[in-house]
Amino acid sequence: MLRSPYIPMTGEEQQKILDVVGVKSTEELFSAIPEELRLKEDLKLDEPISEYELKKQMQGLVEQNFDQSWSTCFLGAGVYDHIIPSTVKHITSRQEFYTSYTPYQPEISQGVLQATFEYQSMICELTGMDAANASLYDGAVALYEAVILASRYTNRNEVLVARSVNPEYRKVLSSGLKYSGIEIKEFGFYHKDKTDNDSDSSRTGMINQESLEELISENTAAIVVQSPNFFGIVEDIKTVAEKARNAGALSIAVCDPISLAILESPGSLGADIAVGEGQPLGLPMSFGGPLLGYFAVKKPLIRRMPGRIVGETVDSEGRRGFVLTLQAREQHIRREKATSNVCTNQALCALAASVYLSTMGKEGLKEVATQCINKSYYAYKSLVETGQVSKVFDSPFFREFVVRPEVSPQKLNEELLHDSIIGGYDLSGEYPELEGCWLVAVTEKRSMDEIDFFTGKVRNICQGGISVEE
Amino acid sequence: MKNRDERLIFEKSVSGRIGYSLPKNDVPGIEIDSVFPKEMLRKAAPELPEVSEVDVIRHYTKLSQQNYGVDSGFYPLGSCTMKYNPKINEDIASMDGFAQMHPLQNPICSQGSLEILYKMDQYLSEILGMEKVTLQPAAGAQGEMTGLMIIKAYHMSRNDEKRVKIIVPDSSHGTNPASAALAGFEVVHVPSSESGCVDINALKEVLDHTVAGLMLTNPNTLGLFEEDILKISQMVHDCGGLLYYDGANMNAIMGIARPGDMGFDIAHLNLHKTFSTPHGGGGPGSGPVGVVKKLIPFIPAPVVEKEDDYYVLDYDRPLSIGKVKSFYGNFSVVLKAYCYIRIMGAKGLKEASTAAVLNANYIRKMLEDYYDIPQNRICMHEFVLSAKKQAEKGVTALDIAKNLLDRGYHPPTIYFPLIVNEAMMIEPTETENLETLDAFIDAMIDIAIRAGEDPQGLKNAPKTTYVSRLDEVKAARSPKLAWGR
Amino acid sequence: MEVKQGLYYSKEHEWVRVEGDQAYIGITDYAQDSLGSIVYVELPQEGKAISRDDVLGVVESVKAASDIFSPISGKVVEANEALLDSPELLNGNPYDNYIVVLSIDNQDELKELLSPEQYDEYTKGE
Repeated sequence: MLRSPYIPMTGEEQQKILDVVGVKSTEELFSAIPEELRLKEDLKLDEPISEYELKKQMQGLVEQNFDQSWSTCFLGAGVYDHIIPSTVKHITSRQEFYTSYTPYQPEISQGVLQATFEYQSMICELTGMDAANASLYDGAVALYEAVILASRYTNRNEVLVARSVNPEYRKVLSSGLKYSGIEIKEFGFYHKDKTDNDSDSSRTGMINQESLEELISENTAAIVVQSPNFFGIVEDIKTVAEKARNAGALSIAVCDPISLAILESPGSLGADIAVGEGQPLGLPMSFGGPLLGYFAVKKPLIRRMPGRIVGETVDSEGRRGFVLTLQAREQHIRREKATSNVCTNQALCALAASVYLSTMGKEGLKEVATQCINKSYYAYKSLVETGQVSKVFDSPFFREFVVRPEVSPQKLNEELLHDSIIGGYDLSGEYPELEGCWLVAVTEKRSMDEIDFFTGKVRNICQGGISVEE
Repeated sequence: MKNRDERLIFEKSVSGRIGYSLPKNDVPGIEIDSVFPKEMLRKAAPELPEVSEVDVIRHYTKLSQQNYGVDSGFYPLGSCTMKYNPKINEDIASMDGFAQMHPLQNPICSQGSLEILYKMDQYLSEILGMEKVTLQPAAGAQGEMTGLMIIKAYHMSRNDEKRVKIIVPDSSHGTNPASAALAGFEVVHVPSSESGCVDINALKEVLDHTVAGLMLTNPNTLGLFEEDILKISQMVHDCGGLLYYDGANMNAIMGIARPGDMGFDIAHLNLHKTFSTPHGGGGPGSGPVGVVKKLIPFIPAPVVEKEDDYYVLDYDRPLSIGKVKSFYGNFSVVLKAYCYIRIMGAKGLKEASTAAVLNANYIRKMLEDYYDIPQNRICMHEFVLSAKKQAEKGVTALDIAKNLLDRGYHPPTIYFPLIVNEAMMIEPTETENLETLDAFIDAMIDIAIRAGEDPQGLKNAPKTTYVSRLDEVKAARSPKLAWGR
Repeated sequence: MEVKQGLYYSKEHEWVRVEGDQAYIGITDYAQDSLGSIVYVELPQEGKAISRDDVLGVVESVKAASDIFSPISGKVVEANEALLDSPELLNGNPYDNYIVVLSIDNQDELKELLSPEQYDEYTKGE
């Protein structure tokens, strides 16, 4: 028999087991599989290689990747290049955490259970909500689950979603809801358009409250707003929450967790559900996955939350301990009547977020958020001062902003790559009304030198002084 | 009972301590108050802990010591395939060149990552006997949802709108009916026959022109291969339905048989089960979905394609069900599974399944005199025993599980599948050696004997863990889900 | 398992006590015993019109969540809010703690329910 570092069984042991089981050969073990289904040849896969060879091959492969360890990233659009303290990887690399399964046996899972309880607590602190679940796959999926919850809770079937919600989220929402009987209606944002004269309200980049109002009806299950929105602009969650409440609907706020160190929490502003992407909290960008969807609610909705939830209790001797709780409505018990089909969460990512938030602490997270604001405002001002990019919106933003450069974002990004700069997000594709606009993200990781270099390059490229030969 | 520090990280907080180290804010500063209107700003900072780096490390290290992983010991948790997670996979996935990649970068500078996705589509298609695989779903449940939406989209594209029913066996995972209901289907359960497999006659009765599809785990949750699978797929196809393969139990048949050849049209895999990626305490996982040729137009967008020697992301897929998750799925999990397949090769995968089946049968055989085994015949990679003999003495499956904790094992899955009383589902996997199996068998036999002699003595377990049995009723009656709330 | 005299019973394990044109509805001793420790009861809104077999509410234990299907049609006159804080009352005294009071739409529906004897027989067969 074949030997493998991951399969301890020897030929002798195999024979011993065959004897105990009472079969002559390993083939006989599979006799329940109809003969014509049993493969006669090996699968057509690449020849196996050793650990060392694999490592060498992978080193060759990453050379074709342009990663953030040697490039400078001004791209965000939902996934951000933040500083990750060393503590995160050291803790998430502990085998007791990463090689364990969902904590079905609480007596030997207090580690992951308590860490998850702490994660839930931190999410509640950030969002100002009463309870959070143990996490979902990503921010987009968390929004989908929030909409399902709202529809069931209100017994209504329309959801109003701002167009300034991350397009990736809206795509996941629309495919997820396609066969659910829940209809999505989108409302717009104020932007300058060619036909309208330069009134103040025309370029805030915030949601268009009038078009929202027109859509509200007795079928409205929820209103979804993102803040900071996809353009980095801070929205008026309070007004949206009031409108939802008056209509008997729920308000769902999609919020960036780092911004919540400084910005008022959705809970205090009256939102019923807060969801969002936890990747900025200590998770590498990982080419878009795994991410971390956080999900938090106000008290009346606690028993409606999807997914795993950890609760505090006591053991038979009265000591504090933690268990998975409120599981009676979940899929393994209620099957087709379940609240959701979600089974696992993103436990290890939630752990990473807790370690990140513990390391950063009350002061550190505020410092990260403050630097994001300072550095993004500095970059915005410097870019505008080049005279090669123009302003698009005029509202306060967090970490990310929109400008319209003299050359197309696509061209700009291609040229910036020559200087190992990953440029901003081209809004032309998802927002025809923002044709030629560029969404630039600046985190605490960017230094003033990097920003100045970036701004200088943008100026040169826009002026036609392309840095490298074609 | 071991002692444990019961304090939360919040309760270790001391005002003024810091654990972070950040670069200086080197740009000209601005007053936050001058940028944002007052009502947008937070009045009180979130109460995050104020602790030093040492405090963080000690806190979470202590927590980790209260947790049990595959590296700690034997973890025969049925249906979860808790096999060893090779260390090289972790090393590769944490390389900067993979981990520090933004998903929206120009594909010209992410060719290395795209190649991994492209190759995994090919490898997994070959393993499943399918035509194409999407790597977008984040876990098995999301894979199911994706597959069901594909089924729906397929029937709709043919204007076959009457197909509203999904059939699932009563032994299926709970996610199957839950996913089907979410995808807008009516769920019809079919009972299992005496032999533990799908009851063909009962299936015949529910098959008609309103059936959209059948979801099946094969080998099923009793660890038995559905011997009539070709007949079943013929019957479902004849009535115009599609067959969905729940790949939770693929570890039994890698390189031995393929769902595509059995007649399945759609199949999901759990990379965190079969392909050795760690479970992470409950995620992140990855649940790729494979389809036959006629269903390719419906899979989620984007799809990685190869044009000459260049990998591109194809978003232009008008019949696609859309996106089920952000970006391209859990990339780093897919990467770990890629590493596993490269090291194992075709022969290695087959050997893994063979050894997994041998190990399961060995334990079954060694325990048959002590426990009731409802389907006591050759099983696949797992089997289900019933603690009903012990339960008559007052020792339930739960008690047995708790006694295994004191003996240093993670217990099997209990009370699933629902069709077996006092079920204990044992899946040893191929990565355990014979000494480990023997020691576990001895522990199970010892518990069975004690259940006969002194059942009361087994009721107080566990005694050696950091906490004893926890009050779940209290937790659910007045939920306390966060510190300070 | 206790089956109380003077009540109507449903096969879904609910009891009905008729007082004039109103019906008090709760779950039986058999139901609470098979659910185990009840941790939460979800109640319908007062004034809501309910048809027979509609879901009146949900009773949750640690290991199960069970819909309460209304044995008769009617309007919700009152929901027993004491159960929100003390769901365990249903375990202690299932027959003294009703879940809702309905105004009865159709007295004839009562005739289709089981007598205590019939219900006793029925649970023995379950």
